[in-house]
Amino acid sequence: MGRGKGDGEGEGTMERGRGMMRNFSPSRFLAVLVKEFIQMRRDRITFAMMIGLPIIQLLLFGYAINSDPRHLPTLVEVKDDGPLVRATLAGMATSTYFDFSGTVHGSAEGETALRRGDASFVVVIPDDFERDVVRGLSPEILIAADASDPSAISGAAAAMNGIVQGAIAQTLTGPLAAQAGGAPPFSVIIHRQYNPEGRTSTNIVPGLLAIILSMTMVMITAVAIVKETERGTMEMLISTPVRPFEVMLGKILPYVLVGYVQTFVFVTAAAILFAVPFEGAYLAFFIGFNLFILDNLALGFLISTAARNQMQAMQLSFFTILPSILLSGFMFPFAGMPGWAQALGTAVPATHFIRLVRKVMLKGAGVADVTVEFWALTIILVAITLIAMLRYRQTLD
Amino acid sequence: MSTTMGNGAEAVIDVSGLTKSFGDKRVVDHFDIRVERGAIYGFLGPNGSGKTTTIRLICGLLTPDEGEGRVLGLDVRREASRIKEEVGYMTQKFSLYEDLSIRENLDFVARMYQVKDRRRRVDDALENLGLANRSHQLAGTLSGGWKQRLALAACLIHDPKLLMLDEPTAGVDPKARRDFWDEIRRLSKEGVTVLVSTHYMDEAIQCDFITYIAYGKKLIDGPSAQIPAMVGLTTWRAEGPDLAALETRLKTLPGVEQVARFGASLHVSGTDEAALEETVKTLDAEGTHRWTLQVAGLEEAFIYLMAGARDNFAGGAAGEG
Repeated sequence: MGRGKGDGEGEGTMERGRGMMRNFSPSRFLAVLVKEFIQMRRDRITFAMMIGLPIIQLLLFGYAINSDPRHLPTLVEVKDDGPLVRATLAGMATSTYFDFSGTVHGSAEGETALRRGDASFVVVIPDDFERDVVRGLSPEILIAADASDPSAISGAAAAMNGIVQGAIAQTLTGPLAAQAGGAPPFSVIIHRQYNPEGRTSTNIVPGLLAIILSMTMVMITAVAIVKETERGTMEMLISTPVRPFEVMLGKILPYVLVGYVQTFVFVTAAAILFAVPFEGAYLAFFIGFNLFILDNLALGFLISTAARNQMQAMQLSFFTILPSILLSGFMFPFAGMPGWAQALGTAVPATHFIRLVRKVMLKGAGVADVTVEFWALTIILVAITLIAMLRYRQTLD
Repeated sequence: MSTTMGNGAEAVIDVSGLTKSFGDKRVVDHFDIRVERGAIYGFLGPNGSGKTTTIRLICGLLTPDEGEGRVLGLDVRREASRIKEEVGYMTQKFSLYEDLSIRENLDFVARMYQVKDRRRRVDDALENLGLANRSHQLAGTLSGGWKQRLALAACLIHDPKLLMLDEPTAGVDPKARRDFWDEIRRLSKEGVTVLVSTHYMDEAIQCDFITYIAYGKKLIDGPSAQIPAMVGLTTWRAEGPDLAALETRLKTLPGVEQVARFGASLHVSGTDEAALEETVKTLDAEGTHRWTLQVAGLEEAFIYLMAGARDNFAGGAAGEG
């Protein structure tokens, strides 16, 4: 506000010999930066939120969504009985993934239990199972699984293979040993109900990074800028020779560093606590992550031009964070969303960052594999910055 | 402050035709002013009359839409950012960081102005404030009077030549207010020019010069002592019993434009000297009150101006449409 248009034309003699400051002043910028860090340190709740949030979220979401849940309620419908069936069921029980809570009769009963959430699995041993094994007809054990929470059942489902092998090795001895070799004497079909995609748990932790960064970066940037106006300190700032650019840079840079710290903490914790691999190129991650942080800072800046007080800044931030959670593919599979929702989701930076992180961390992608995401993040950045600058200009004078 | 011209005729501010609109609202309308070095200049007017905006235009905080002139020898349009370097601006609301300590605040402001020998200047400022031993206290925990002193110290840290005070002593106790004005007087003697925007009587009477602004237009401008004459008020003083009843009655009588209570007396003023005298004579004949002709003071002029502005408001707004 209130800057002269062609300030400092070089005329007029300055008594104090400070005429060299018409352009960017590193020391003033540094002063804003230092001030911002001091304020950040004093504001303990926000500081705790910035540092603690990644860890708390990771623990909450990570363990809640992502842990390898065991002792899942399981119902059985046993239409045949014999040593192989008993060995298989015993193997399932000792794996600790399955807790047998009862039996059902008829598929309708099992389906109801799944739908109600009374059981996560319904195991169906078909008629004449033992006889068919001995005859070499390779019968199927059907396990209907509640995959509405895919990560909840994925561990148990994955363990089934080993359980079956164990049961075979244990039971098919003597005259039946011939059945144990060669083609498997019977198979297990896991029928994932409600969510056929059944993503793995490691997929969620990288996505969480995008959500945490969005939350803190957007909100804190928006609030930090609005706070100056709301508390009246902006009036003091504009009365000094400090340039708007020095203020902006000095205010934003500390939060970029916070983003770095958050990411470092997060990736480290993800590797140690959840053994999330980091298969791909660090450079690809680094570029994408910086672009994403810039996207969020620009968004926070945009919000700050619209919000009149910190409360509004918070509300607007939440408004932008929800699409990041719901439409980005973090919570629901992107491919499963209707066209309009996909279009909205494409405009959300988190969508592209989540894809990028999953590609890099899990699939081992390099820089060349994620150029699409780089472009998407860059285009969003340019768009948001343009809108923000236009709005900022309108609020001048 | 190395100027050798101490004859008082040196114009620190000389601007004309300053105009500023926000949206389609013209806040400052062709404002001219000339201020001499070391003067304390009061900008009076009701809320929203454009006092603060006018001062901000002069101090380079806002760019005028129209008008030109020089402030501290610098072009008010093109060298606004250099004018800013020489201006100390004390906002009405405390505008330092409440979550920074006293020292950190002073240090921050000093850095903004790139003050040389910063550490010493901050130490000196703390010493003068008498806050050296509390320098690590957070500014937000200070009382109103101390906040105001800190704010003044902060806007003086770069030795400004021009000081702008926006209702500086609003909400400050009388002792602190007196100390504050002593300090302003001292600065003014050292050659610092002071602009004060206010709508408070007790700040107005501290000023050497007064300009009265309404709807962004300058209505009156001159030395404080001449303001009552410029307004052209005649004032009678009434003493006696039951002043409240007298006051009610006076307000309906011809020639009476203003009745103000001063302790145990009423000051009755009007611009129509003859009509007012007629009314007073009639009342004096009743013998219940003692009437004396009074030299109209700044107080009466001030009250008159403020009341007049309110009356103008409806007419002025309609006129400007």
